[in-house]
Order: sequence, then C-alpha cells, then structure tokens
Amino acid sequence: MADFDTPELKDYVEVPLPKAGVMEGSGPFIAKPQHQEALGFPGELVENWQEAAISKLADLTKKSRALQVFMDSCVKCGACTDKCHYYLGTTDPKNMPVARQDLLRSVYRYYLTPAGKVLSKFGMEKLIGARELTRDVLDEWHNYYHQCSECRRCSVFCPYGIDTAEVTMAGRDILDNIGMGQKYDNEIIGKVFTVGNNLGLPKPALADTLEGLEEEIEEDIEVPVKLPLDKKGADILLVTPSADFFAEPHVDGLIGYAKVFHQAGLNWTLSSHASEAANFGMFIGSYENMRRISLRIREAALELGVKRIVFGECGHAWRVAYSFLNTLAGPFDFLDPNYPVPQHILEVTHGLIKDGKLKLDPTENDHMTLTFHDSCNVARATRMGPKPGGQFTIPRDVIKSVCNNYYDMPADTIGEATYCCGGGGGLLTDDLMEVRVKGAMPRMQALKTVVEDNGVTHMAAICAICKTQFAKTLPYYGFTMDQIISVHQLVGDALVWDDYITEDAGDGDDASSGEQE
Amino acid sequence: MQAEVDGKIIELSEAGWLNNLDEWSEALAVEIAKNEKIPEMTDEHWAIVNEAREYFEENGTVAEPRVFSKIMKQKYGKDRSSQKYIYSLFPTGLIKCANKVAGLPRPKGCS
Repeated sequence: MADFDTPELKDYVEVPLPKAGVMEGSGPFIAKPQHQEALGFPGELVENWQEAAISKLADLTKKSRALQVFMDSCVKCGACTDKCHYYLGTTDPKNMPVARQDLLRSVYRYYLTPAGKVLSKFGMEKLIGARELTRDVLDEWHNYYHQCSECRRCSVFCPYGIDTAEVTMAGRDILDNIGMGQKYDNEIIGKVFTVGNNLGLPKPALADTLEGLEEEIEEDIEVPVKLPLDKKGADILLVTPSADFFAEPHVDGLIGYAKVFHQAGLNWTLSSHASEAANFGMFIGSYENMRRISLRIREAALELGVKRIVFGECGHAWRVAYSFLNTLAGPFDFLDPNYPVPQHILEVTHGLIKDGKLKLDPTENDHMTLTFHDSCNVARATRMGPKPGGQFTIPRDVIKSVCNNYYDMPADTIGEATYCCGGGGGLLTDDLMEVRVKGAMPRMQALKTVVEDNGVTHMAAICAICKTQFAKTLPYYGFTMDQIISVHQLVGDALVWDDYITEDAGDGDDASSGEQE
Repeated sequence: MQAEVDGKIIELSEAGWLNNLDEWSEALAVEIAKNEKIPEMTDEHWAIVNEAREYFEENGTVAEPRVFSKIMKQKYGKDRSSQKYIYSLFPTGLIKCANKVAGLPRPKGCS
C-alpha cells in the first residue's frame, strides 16, 4: 500500500487549488471471476467491452429518464465543485462532482447524442466535450467512480438537482456488466447470498457471539437481557448490519438495542437468514442484486411470523429500507399496519422515551461531551418519524435525553449539508485507504472545531460504515479510535435497572393488535 | 503479493493475506509480520497468534474481538487482554493484523 500524506487540519476547510492527476491510479482491486459470476456478471473483461459498455450505457439512459436528464442537463455552473469531501481532501480536479460525472457524460455525448455522432465523424467531438471510449477512459471510470461515496452532498447544491450518486452507480453498473467489478463490494454481496451476511458469519458463530454478549450484559447490570436468534412468533424482527455482531464500537450499539427492547418489554428477534441490513447492491447500482438481498428480509419475516420489521444503525440500509423496501420486497401486508414498515431503531427508542417507557439517567454519560455525525444516506435520502427533518431531530432528541453534554458541529457540515465519513458507498476497504483518509478531512475539521471550542470528547453515529471508517481514520488526524461511538451505546449506558423487576419479555407491547396471517 | 520462506514462494492476496491456509508456518508468520510493520515477533506476539489459531481450529471462524479478549484474560490475565494491548502489539488490531500474521481469513464487511 502506497504511503501518502494526511491532509493538515486548519481553522476551517479551505477550498484547495486543483492539482491535476494527484489521484490517478488503477483504482481498487478488481473482482475475481468467482465474485463476478456469483452476482450474474461476466467473470473478466469481455472481449467486446467497448461495444458492451456503450450498449449498457444506452440501456441505462433509456430505462432511467433521470439518468438521461443528468447526462443532458449539466450547464457546468460549478456550484458542486467545492462541495465534495473527496475533492477537498485530495485536490484532484476529477473529484469535482461535475468532472467525475463528465467521465461518463463525455462518452454519452460521443455515442448517444446526435451532435456527438455527427461531430465525431469529422474529428470535432472536442467541441462538445465528447470522447471516445478507450481503455484509458475505462480505467479512469474504475478509478474515479471508486472515489465517490454516493453521498449526494453535491446534489443538494446543484441548481438542476443532478444526482451524482446515480451517475456513479451507472458507471459501476457498466463496469460490472463488462466484467470489471470492484472486489470488495462484489465479494461481500456474494457472502450475503451464500452465508447470509457481509461478514460471512454462519449461524453457529452468530449464536455463539450473541450468547457471549448476553453473559457480558448480565455480568455488567445483573439483568438477564437476551439477544434472541430465529425466535419464531416474536413481534419484532431486528435487521441490523453484521458489523454490529463483530466490530467496535458497533457491538455496544447492539447491546444498547437489546437493553432498550428488554426494558420496554418488547418481544424481538434477530434472524440468521437476514443477518445483514447492509445492501451493497445499491452501491454497485444493481437493481437485481439489491432486490435479491432485500428479499431475504421478507423471507425471514414470513418464516418467523413477526409483526414488525425494525432496522438497526446503518445508513445506506435505512435508505434502501425507507425508500425502496416496499417495491423491492413488498407488499408487507402481513405486518402490523399500526407501525411504519419498516421502522428505524431510533424511531422505536424515541417513541419509548416520549412515552416514559424507559428509565434513564443521563448523568451516566457525564464523562463525555457528545456531538453527532449525520450519516449521508440517512440525512439526504430518508426520513424518520412523521415530520420533515425527523432524521435530524430524532437522533439528537434521543442523544440529549441520555446525555447532558451535547454540541452540534458547524451548521454547514451537518443536517442536509452533512459531510460523508469518507468511507461510504462501498469504499470501506484497505485498498482505498488513501481516498478514505483524505475524504475524511472535512468531517475531521468540523470535529476539531467542536473539540476545541466546546470540549467535545466523543462523536456518535448511526451507521456501521461511518463507525468503522472513523475508528480507522480518527488516529490519522490526532484523535483516538475510541472517540467514535454508537448512539445506542449512549442509550444503553443511561438505562437504569435499580427497581427493575425481571420478567419474561413478551406481551408488554400495548400497541400491537391483530394476529398476523 | 508473495512471501518467500525457505526458498519456497507462497502466494498472498493483494492485501497480503494467506490464500491457502494450510501453507502457514511460523517462518511465514514472521514474513507477514514484517509486511505489517512488526519488526520482531516476541513471545507476547506469539501468544496472541497461537490463541487466534486455536480458536479458529475449534470454531471454524475467527474470534470476535470481545470473545478473544475474554480468552486472553483467562489465560494471561487482565494486563494482556485488552483491545488496547492487542493494538499495541499488532498495529491494526486482531481482525486485520494478528489474524493476518496467524494465517487466518478476514471477515469482510463494515468492520
């Protein structure tokens, strides 16, 4: 792995002068034939890749009116240029969203617009910024479409609403379909199909882990909190990223969910079949794979006979769940209509706090001063609760209910304008470490501000990718890896069990009604 | 990547993980450790590597970090069990570093 310099943190994020070519390279590892074929893609680069790529691009723009508009409507106004964390962190001009989109747009113009078709005959395609699809262009796609986390911050500022994520997804979809996929993403999707989750944790290992956590919780608070697996007849199926079973600080979040469910007397279960909330099918822009992953959740819900589906702390999973689940894997008419389908764990916890169903002592978290990192997919692609902006207020309300010390980071770095952690969109792999560290810079800058001004000690997040990314990148910027924590760790630690009478978790769910079919 | 042990070339993945787990040897572990910027494998390093391998042999999967800390605590006491301690010896931790040296696979995903 090549060495690189970590960007320096200043008083605020300066828009850097572009340095052409600094992030040129071969991109992330290419998927092996077995990883490609498991997803229905050609094993290696097909012989007629140029023709195949153009035909796929034509197909995508035909199927998606949105993509065609994104290809046609950019006027190069430049509003997006300084909005991307990867441009700010790397200074490579091809990481300006407009330029990254143009890698695809130029080829679209050459082959798929009347002007391009005519001008290219006379060698005058440059007049309209069109280019032929050469091997160099293909490599550029692979490289730069893996320097975009599909976070859509640039889209917030685009006067035409061009969605860069859709362009990146189209780029990756084309690459997959000509046999040049990304190893990390495609290997992981294959694991979900064969084992049930990204990490490839088989059921016995999962059961063992959960049992270990139960022992740990009981040692700690002397209450027999359970983490049930494949419990038929449970009311709630919790679908959570598999990192919650394995990684730090994610596990503390899982413990938090379990404690909340236990104290509220809710009857819940995890599933070994749907032991993964993450859906990398979205990252690679593959509807078919996204659907195949989502269907596992439906199958598990039917098999276990649950009434509700709740998602754990995972950013893009919540986008897939909130925005697409019903069309991907619906209809969910077998679930209890009194609850949102699906529901976010924070909506559950928020409701329980409001209804006084949880006994909380925020002084338990007095040794910390918190800030909150809005995850890109939650912030810009979903909502929580019944009101607009609930995805911003509900996590903060919950944190403030369980912590006395809380400060927001600067306003232009949170909420709708939140910066990506730098590892989203299928880039959370070691072969992209330089991109990840540099892309984390704007968030690190904002964190530094509240650390210095307000004495913030910890940053809470609600996304498995964000948590892992920060645990790895915080040390590059002079912070420590344990300064990133799960929101539900804060909740779990603040729960009071003094006069808690242990009873079988079960029928305390007063709002549930009707038998499921 | 490749590593050379006793004149024999052993195939590693692009990120330096052992492809064929049966090819592991202590000499290979020393070579992988060098890639991970661990200049010398001390007894404390070996204790972790051996525990990780033992767990994998018994369970068919690598240990979750907390489970591993518990095992270390039982055998070697509190001072030699924390995540911090493991990171102090293996710069990127159990899952990404100690297991790599031990010739074990890596569970990928958001971890």
